[in-house]
Formats: sequence, C-alpha cells, structure tokens
Amino acid sequence: MTSDNGRAGLARRTFLGALAAGSSAAAMAQPAQTLAARLPGSMARAGGADVPYGQPSPHEAGVQRTPSNHSGFAVWRTPLETQRGIVTPSGLHFSVHHSGIPEIDPQRHSLRIHGLVQRPLQFDVERLLRYPMVSRVHFLECAGNSAANALSPTPLDQTLGEIAGEVSCSEWTGVPLRYLLQEAGLKDTARWVVAEGADGASHNRSVPLQPLLDHAMVALYQNGERLRPSQGYPLRLFIPGFEGNVNVKWLHRLEVTDAPAFTKDESGLYTQPLADGRIERFAFHMDVKSVITHPSGRQTLPEPHGFYEIAGLAWSGYGRIARVDVSVDGGRTWTAAQLQGPVLDRAFTRFTLPWRWSGRKAELISRATDEHGRTQPLRSEWKRRYAMHSFNHYNAVQAWRVQADGRVENMYA
Amino acid sequence: MRETRMCCQLAIAASALRRHGAAGASVAIALVVWVVPGWGGASESTVAPSAIGLGTVLTAEEIERYAITVFPDGRGLPPGRGTVEQGARLYRVQCAACHGAQGIEGPASRLVGTDGFIGWSDPLRPLRVRKYPLQVFSVGAMWPHATTLFDYVRRGMPMHAPKSLTDEEVYAVTGYVLHLNGLVGSQAVIDRDTLPRVVMPGLARTVSAWPAER
Repeated sequence: MTSDNGRAGLARRTFLGALAAGSSAAAMAQPAQTLAARLPGSMARAGGADVPYGQPSPHEAGVQRTPSNHSGFAVWRTPLETQRGIVTPSGLHFSVHHSGIPEIDPQRHSLRIHGLVQRPLQFDVERLLRYPMVSRVHFLECAGNSAANALSPTPLDQTLGEIAGEVSCSEWTGVPLRYLLQEAGLKDTARWVVAEGADGASHNRSVPLQPLLDHAMVALYQNGERLRPSQGYPLRLFIPGFEGNVNVKWLHRLEVTDAPAFTKDESGLYTQPLADGRIERFAFHMDVKSVITHPSGRQTLPEPHGFYEIAGLAWSGYGRIARVDVSVDGGRTWTAAQLQGPVLDRAFTRFTLPWRWSGRKAELISRATDEHGRTQPLRSEWKRRYAMHSFNHYNAVQAWRVQADGRVENMYA
Repeated sequence: MRETRMCCQLAIAASALRRHGAAGASVAIALVVWVVPGWGGASESTVAPSAIGLGTVLTAEEIERYAITVFPDGRGLPPGRGTVEQGARLYRVQCAACHGAQGIEGPASRLVGTDGFIGWSDPLRPLRVRKYPLQVFSVGAMWPHATTLFDYVRRGMPMHAPKSLTDEEVYAVTGYVLHLNGLVGSQAVIDRDTLPRVVMPGLARTVSAWPAER
C-alpha cells in the first residue's frame, strides 16, 4: 500500500514537472507526446458523475419558458423557437393557471363521477393506475395563444415563444374516459359533463359528452413520466384538439348533466365577441395553425446570405395536417413544404423547406391546411370575423420579416 | 383481473372451510356459485373495459359535500339570502383591492360595464389595455347568467382565501356586483329564487359554437 502510493506520487510529480516546463518543452519532446496533450480536455479526463434525474446541459440554461402575469394570472410560454422535432420537453410545456399550482397528495386524491349516472363512483389514483391505458401524441393549445398578434395594432417585436408559446405537444398516457363513464352507467338524458379541478378556485368547464366518449382520457403520464404538478398532477382531463382550459388539471370531479353550467370561464374569459356584437361560446376546437420556428422573431441569421433550412410546426384540433405552404416573399408565391413524419392526428407536425437566402429583405409566412381542407386565414380576414377586442382562437398566419442584416422580426401579413 | 378476483374468492372460501368446518363449507359453496355465473366463460382477454369495476361507491353524503356547481336554472343554489347593502360592505373589504371601488379599475377582471376597452375617451386606454388585457371583458357585459356570479364567488373568491365566505355573504356580494351593473335595485334581496330570474345582457348576445347547443 505504502509503496504503491510512493510510485503514484512520483509519477504525479514528474507529470507536474513536465507541465511546469511549458509548451516549448512539450513541443521539443514530440516523440513522447501523449494523446492527452493534443486532444480536447474532455477526452483526457474521466467525466463527471450522473445524477438521479437528468438535467439539460448548463450551456442550455437559456432555454426557458417565458412568464407573464399580464392577464392577472400566471402564463408560462414554451420557447418554440428552440424546439426541434414534435415533442415538447415536459419541463418546457406551456402552462396557464388561474389560481396557482395546488399541492396534491396522490394518496388523498380521488376522481368522482356523479350526476346523470346509474352508479355514482369514485376512483382513487391507485385504482385508476390499474385500468387499461392508451398513449397518444397530441398538441395542447391555450385558447388565448397569440393574443398579442390579435390585439396589438402593431406587431410586437418578440420571440416566437413570447408571441405564440401557449402551445406544446406531448405524449399523453391515461385511461380512456369512456371506460369510467360506462362503468358509472350514463343515463339517457346525459349530454354534458362539468369537469372540476382540485385547485384553489376549483376551475371548472362544461364539456359535451360525445367528444369525451369518443377520445378523451384521464391523463396520468406525460412523456413517459407522471404528470408534472403544473400539468395537473396527479391527473388531468385530456380532450385532443380542444382549447387548453377544458383539459381540466388536478381533475377530481365529473358531474354528468343535461346542459352546460355556464361556469366563469365559459361566461367571459374563454368566449369570443364577434364583429356583429354577438358572443360566441363553447368553441372548443383549436383550429388549424402553423408557425415557422427557424428562423423566427428576434433571431439573427448569422451570415448575410446562403443556405438556411426553414423549419416549423403545424397542427389542427380537427385532425391531421395535410399540407403546409411556405412563402418567402410575403405571400406572392408559395411552395409546398416537406412534412416530416410522423403526421399524427391533432399533434404537432414538423415541416421544412430548404431556402437559399439572397441577402435581401424577405418575408416568411407559413400556411397550414388540415385533412378536412381547413386552412389559416390572413390576420385581416381573422380580424373581420371578431370584435376589435377579441383575442381567443387566433389562428391567422404568422409572418416574419428578415431584414437585410439578418434580423428577424414579427410582422402582420 | 377477473381471474385474480375469482382466486381471491376461492381462497376466502378455502380458509372459511378450514376455520369453520361444515358451516363454513356452505358459505364457501355459496361464494363459488355466486362467482361462477358472472364468469360467463369469458377469457381474461375479453373483459370489457366498462366491466372492470374498480370504481367504488360514491355515497350521497360525499356527493353533497363536493357538488358545488350552480346551474343557470338555479339548481345547486343553497338556502340563505343576502342584500345589496350587506354586499356593499363586504365588497369594500373583500373585493375592492383587486377589482377597484367601482368594479372597473382592475387589476383583476373587470366586473362592471359594457365590453370593449375601458372608455374610448380614456387617454390612458392603450396603456391600461397593455397592462391588464382582461379589462376588456366585463362580468356585467359578457356573462349570460347571474347564477355564475354566485358559483364563482363561492368557489374561487377572494383569490387569497377562496371558499372562505358563507353562502349568505356570497349572495350579498353577488347582489352588490349585479347592482353595480344596474341589474338589480339597491334594496334587492338575493336568494335561490331571485338570482336565476335576473336577466343578464350577455344572454341575448350569446351564440353557441357547439352544434348541439345552437
């Protein structure tokens, strides 16, 4: 033991001596040069230890959600401009909560189903976890996403995430809601379900029964792990394609009824005043929409001209994306972008288009069309339908102006 | 799942036999007879999801404890009553700090007024809208049913202490907000009979995007 230490100590002193002799000495001693001396430092050291729950590289510390409290409640937006592929990391998924994030002990949480059912039932979380589950990749978008573009008379110079980051896409896993509703036994008069969360203000929304039976789930997992607290831990309602706030987080109660309750959020905040003065309610589907993520707002193209890949995301609350057209000249001409697979039902679809930038001012726009032929309006067309102060369900095309110096700015097409 | 449960039943039957001899045996046989018809010859892989049966009975008492939703026709409204006058006092203490003395100042959601931006003649309008976009919608202008006011105040207000008001206090605050909107008089008494009868301006303007509700 002692002699081993002695030899190691000698070797170490020799090594330190060589370092102290300086680089000229090392260069002269070429025959003895080690790989360590000429390769990057990370290749000449044993690496660091891993941690129980992996984290992004410290060099990616700038990839963060952007918060805002302008609405009187917390909104955290996904930095879509940093995302590649179609799945949003769970920690970057957008979230909006009107009364904060409740702390819920899953062992003391239950889902209750009552109202127009034969057998009012409750399911504790442990029981729910024993039901057959399905996994689906779906986007989730806040009804108020892109409100700044809808409301502001002039385009705000913001990043894509700041403008339109209240949309994300995850793999959601849970129990099809129809299993539980059928177990409770629906009465003939059942038409709607009032879903309620276990947060401070018991956020609740009325949802028509049929889409719940068709494809809603009680989601317990997101991207392979249990839901994050800000996504409704331990369970949330998930209705593919429907506006964010009906996907009730911290779900604890489903009251089956014959009519909607006209809850707070279906009375004011999540309704749309129309241009003719009427107020549109229960517009659940998020319509077809797309955004170019690369390049996008407040980015700068590093060289004045040359090859850039235009990449973006498209989605529709009604189904699959059929095509995305891209214009680099402000909408005068359009080219069909390539859709990267998989093209999934009510999920982000990645599109790309190779582009050789001339170095002159350019205006980039994407326009998505879904399998039902629904397509995106221009901002002026969207504004004509709604009252001046309306902002929900904004799905007009997003345009970016690329200045000659490479700066990319939000613009209205 | 079914199989597991059957095994359990059989195990219970077997242990009953051991412990109670002949008397237990009849219990055991009864259990087996009771389980087998439900079995129906179905294999494990054909259990219908709706027949999994892991839900437990929700009692009437439990439902009553949790079912706080109020519907436009007044279903769900509790007994009790409150006056506009009581509401005015409560509003000053519980609501004005966030909603403003007149229910129009914010920063929290605007309670009073026609919808649209705060006063077109207000020189600070763009700043106000930028700072508090939700001020563009008001409860008085948008909400189609007065029952929603009771429902939301009771479940969610005041924000720092939701569900801390009594039903009487909620009726009173509801009455005062309706009064601020000119929808009930200063002497009004609000209870489960009068509240659903208040006609909100938002109702006539309502159009449903959901086909079944048109």
